[in-house]
Amino acid sequence: MTAIYAYFLTLPFAAVIEPHLPVLQVVVPLLCAPICVLLRHAKLSWLWATIVTWLVFFIALVLLGKVLAGGLIIYEIGNWPPPWGIEYRIDAANALVLVIITAIGAITLPYAKASVEKEVSEPRIYLFYLMYMLCLTGLIGITTTADAFNLFVFLEISSLSSYVLISLGGSRRALTASYRYLVMGTLGATFYIIGVGMMYMMTGSLNMADLATLLPAVDHTRTVLAAFAFVVVGLGLKLAMFPLHTWLPNAYAFAPSAVTVFLASTATKVAIYALLRLVLTVFGGTDLFNVTHISLMLVILAVIGMFAGAFVAIFQKDVKRMLAYSSVSQVGYMVLGIGLATAAGVTGSIVHLFNHAVMKGAAFMAVGAMFYVVGSVRLDDLAGIGKRMPVTTAVFLVAGLSLIGTPVTVGFISKWQLVQAAIELGWWYVAAGVLLSSLLAIAYVWRVVEVAYLQAPPEGAALRTEAPVSMLVPMIVLAAAAVWFGIDGDTTLRLAGEAANALMGAAQGGKP
Amino acid sequence: MSGLLAGLQPAELMQLTVIVPVVGAFAILALGRWENLRDAASLLTASCLFYVVYRLYPVVAAGGRPDLVLMDMVPGLSIRLTLEPLGMIFAGIASFLWIVTTLYAIGYMRGHHEENQTRFYFFFAIAIASAMGVAMSGNMLTLFVFYEVLSVSTYPLVAHHGTDEAKRGARVYLSILLTTSIVFLLMGMIWTFTLTGNLDFVKGGIFKPDQLQDPLAGILLALYAFGIGKAALMPFHRWLPAAMVAPTPVSALLHAVAVVKAGVFSVLKVAVYVFGLDLMAATPSADVMLYVAAFTMIAASLVAMRQDNLKRRLAYSTVSQLSYIVVGAFLAHPDAAVGGAMHIATHAFGKITLFFCAGAILVASHKTEISQMRGLGRKMPVTFICFMLGSLSIIGLPPFAGMWSKWYLALGAASTHEYIVVAAFMLSSLLNVAYLLPIAIRGFYSNPGPEPANAHGDDGHGNGHDDAHHVPSTVSFGISGIEEAPLFSLAAICVTTAGCVVLFFYPDALFQLASQLVAP
Amino acid sequence: MQGIVDAFKPLHDLWLAFEAFMVGPGSPGLFGYWMVIALMMTGFYVVIAHDNLVKKIVGLNVFQVSVFLFYILMAKITGGTAPILAEGIKVYSNPLPHVLILTAIVVGVATTALGLALVVRIRNAYDTIEDDEIQAVEEEEDR
Repeated sequence: MTAIYAYFLTLPFAAVIEPHLPVLQVVVPLLCAPICVLLRHAKLSWLWATIVTWLVFFIALVLLGKVLAGGLIIYEIGNWPPPWGIEYRIDAANALVLVIITAIGAITLPYAKASVEKEVSEPRIYLFYLMYMLCLTGLIGITTTADAFNLFVFLEISSLSSYVLISLGGSRRALTASYRYLVMGTLGATFYIIGVGMMYMMTGSLNMADLATLLPAVDHTRTVLAAFAFVVVGLGLKLAMFPLHTWLPNAYAFAPSAVTVFLASTATKVAIYALLRLVLTVFGGTDLFNVTHISLMLVILAVIGMFAGAFVAIFQKDVKRMLAYSSVSQVGYMVLGIGLATAAGVTGSIVHLFNHAVMKGAAFMAVGAMFYVVGSVRLDDLAGIGKRMPVTTAVFLVAGLSLIGTPVTVGFISKWQLVQAAIELGWWYVAAGVLLSSLLAIAYVWRVVEVAYLQAPPEGAALRTEAPVSMLVPMIVLAAAAVWFGIDGDTTLRLAGEAANALMGAAQGGKP
Repeated sequence: MSGLLAGLQPAELMQLTVIVPVVGAFAILALGRWENLRDAASLLTASCLFYVVYRLYPVVAAGGRPDLVLMDMVPGLSIRLTLEPLGMIFAGIASFLWIVTTLYAIGYMRGHHEENQTRFYFFFAIAIASAMGVAMSGNMLTLFVFYEVLSVSTYPLVAHHGTDEAKRGARVYLSILLTTSIVFLLMGMIWTFTLTGNLDFVKGGIFKPDQLQDPLAGILLALYAFGIGKAALMPFHRWLPAAMVAPTPVSALLHAVAVVKAGVFSVLKVAVYVFGLDLMAATPSADVMLYVAAFTMIAASLVAMRQDNLKRRLAYSTVSQLSYIVVGAFLAHPDAAVGGAMHIATHAFGKITLFFCAGAILVASHKTEISQMRGLGRKMPVTFICFMLGSLSIIGLPPFAGMWSKWYLALGAASTHEYIVVAAFMLSSLLNVAYLLPIAIRGFYSNPGPEPANAHGDDGHGNGHDDAHHVPSTVSFGISGIEEAPLFSLAAICVTTAGCVVLFFYPDALFQLASQLVAP
Repeated sequence: MQGIVDAFKPLHDLWLAFEAFMVGPGSPGLFGYWMVIALMMTGFYVVIAHDNLVKKIVGLNVFQVSVFLFYILMAKITGGTAPILAEGIKVYSNPLPHVLILTAIVVGVATTALGLALVVRIRNAYDTIEDDEIQAVEEEEDR
């Protein structure tokens, strides 16, 4: 990472651009998105979106390098000093999340080309890429900003564009899924601004760092208590925390494959980040964590979510829907880390955020490729898919093993960290819950594996008909990453540890 | 030959034990189209692996402990390979028997006209690679990693036939192994790590003297003992009989040697290097696990007596024998630990022989039930003689290898005054006699009784001519009525039977290694 | 005329008592907040309870509008005027929430537009905009 930063400094104009990187991260995709409308051409807008997203990914890497080398980056928009102006603030936590979402965003695009051409009608494709870039902008904005209200604006940018993206799915079910997501998402975002408004009433500030210093003085008031509740519930809706997850399964199941890959690996992750930032940094100095017993509530909801999501996943006939329910379960792991509220727990949460992005991305890519070839991802139609599409199925297998949490995959690293965090607190029953729930993952993953490898392909099905290379390469990259970071978990855990420190250290109390 | 790989350090050789089978696996995959080349590659890989392991032996025998830290997997814990005597025994046995099993498998798979042979050999090699990894692992994390890879890579072997029965068996197999390891073993490991900050295998254990008392010590021990599901302690033994749906070479090498021995090997490792024998001896609740193991020993023998399917009977016998080793570990006495370590080797030779014979009977006469095997010994004399000798070794009679390990195990039990365990050993041996010997004896002395209606055409009293029509690949030696398994398989059976005898007369190397394990 | 006014006097008194109760002693502004909550819950209820997709959007709008009001109320200062720099003005409302809520209104308009557009498409695809009927169709499909 630091090497990338050093390399960046050797580029021409680096000195001019370098101070403005935090804002460029947001502005570049935002301003480049409308150009798709001018291009009005499927392939050209794909190319344009690809170039822009990879550029943004590069910026994110440079930023992470800079943060690792020099710590906090603060950018004042329009040179208005905070707390009056909007401030962008990049520390180890959001630099890492930025890298995750831009990496997924970048690697999804090569995959998307063939998949989108198959699933979205030709005249709409340029709009697809427009919305894709806007959605990415919103997600990056949420991650970068240090202003509570600004976060809402970006939340809505990403949400509105993702409603559109989901509704582009082939079946009419995509429309209702998108509609329901719209209603729930709007409720969530509105809850969030109610909370922000209440904080503003009590402190007169919207800047997160500023809020963190001002809130402890008023944390006994009912208004701040209500603000806390509204923020947690609002963001809980966006991140599909059980039992606020009902929008998620259909939205993922009926969206175009590329959208599912992108949203599943980024949207909920960014919401998790926002929750972490609000709860740990903004409210970190207050006593609310103890007063509200939020820890206990989050842990209980997380554990129920882990089991309920995985349990429902077992009975799904549609593999995409199955993975969507598995996401509900996996979100439980991340919420659990927040609930544990120790450095180790938050580290587990963040590392799972990364790991889950990688493995779920790979899994949904594999399923998308199956959809591309077979035209359906119902279990009955996938008989013998292991012989028909060996590479794709192998990728699915790796991702599935990772969902279970077998060693040498990233899932193991997350589980290790979370269980360790729970045991450190003496909450061994929570640790047992984490481990037991992964057994349910065996059940749903193995249903697919048996169908894929142990059933004969239907008569007349062509053998070895893989998806195009442009789809295979991204998913192989992600599967390889799932294995690589499963072996070298040290790197990600250290990064996540730094991120957790940044989140928790930003509040004076450090530990809630 | 001695010049080969001469320039390599022991640490590099250790890596090779994992790398060679993996490379071999991919060679097998690449050569899948050419049957003979593929099988040759399989044999070659097995021989190379044994050679590499053989080169490591003098190092360990001389007291060397090659150590290699590869990379940090989580902060403070690395993937680490360390070779010590116990691992040497396990690696030596598994790699040697792999050669023999490959020979056997070539005969069996062709004689039985199995499908998907390339996949079979591929995963077989991967399984061996992970078994080597288990043998060489230098800390609990590494062991766990390879242990899980072993579980997952053997799944396709168990489900090989793809029938509903195979799927069901494989499902039980995988779910029990993964459940126990993920829920209990991982929990125990992380708990240990939280307490000690260390999971390395250290002589005398990693816990500080006063760090671990009952009941936590007992709970941790139970987490490890049940968590290592491959040791098949009751009530988590069901996967082993379920795994018998696999082709016989798998049952022979993996479910009598590599996989199950990886389990008891891990138990021994935990007892000796994580807890330490002293701590185990000082922990009263360790006795609970000891009695669970003793119970398993007897109960599994009793269940074995009721099984009519030969492979299932052998499987339950394995469950029982594995508990000998677990008992050896939990007796927390040097003699018992040595006995346990030796039993890994001696039982391996005995049981693989029996499985080979079971497979040979299946290939040559398509018989799986013991009740159908009356008088079959006259048609398959070599197979049944070897079966007899293998049974005797398992029972523990001289001049067979099984005697030594049982001797030390019983010695350990007597020295710790665990007379219940001594009694259990004796009873179990008697039960061994009762469920193993009749198979071979009936094969020779009983007249073929009235055969129940059988799905197969060959019903036992034909003179072999029309049988040969069904099974062209069998060996008849030109003698009427003789109907043996393919030559490759027969040779393998003879080799392992010979091994049982050789290990009785030359147990020195084995004993030396095993006693290094507990040497101060 | 006066008679009519007097006739309503008791009702007016009741209202004043209610207002006093809601507002509480010494703080003039809480009444507005109660109204905000009433609106918010009305909107929320409509979103949850109505099956008609268009009505749900209307409910969502009411819900959002209540939040707009909430922001505007919090900026209001008794006796304050519009925040315009001019001679003699000392007390003025806080302009920042007004600005914030302008943004939120834009977001709300966009959400409504998108939601209604989706309803049109749903109507074309399902021939109905009643949620329970759509769900019945979808459960049929899932089987």
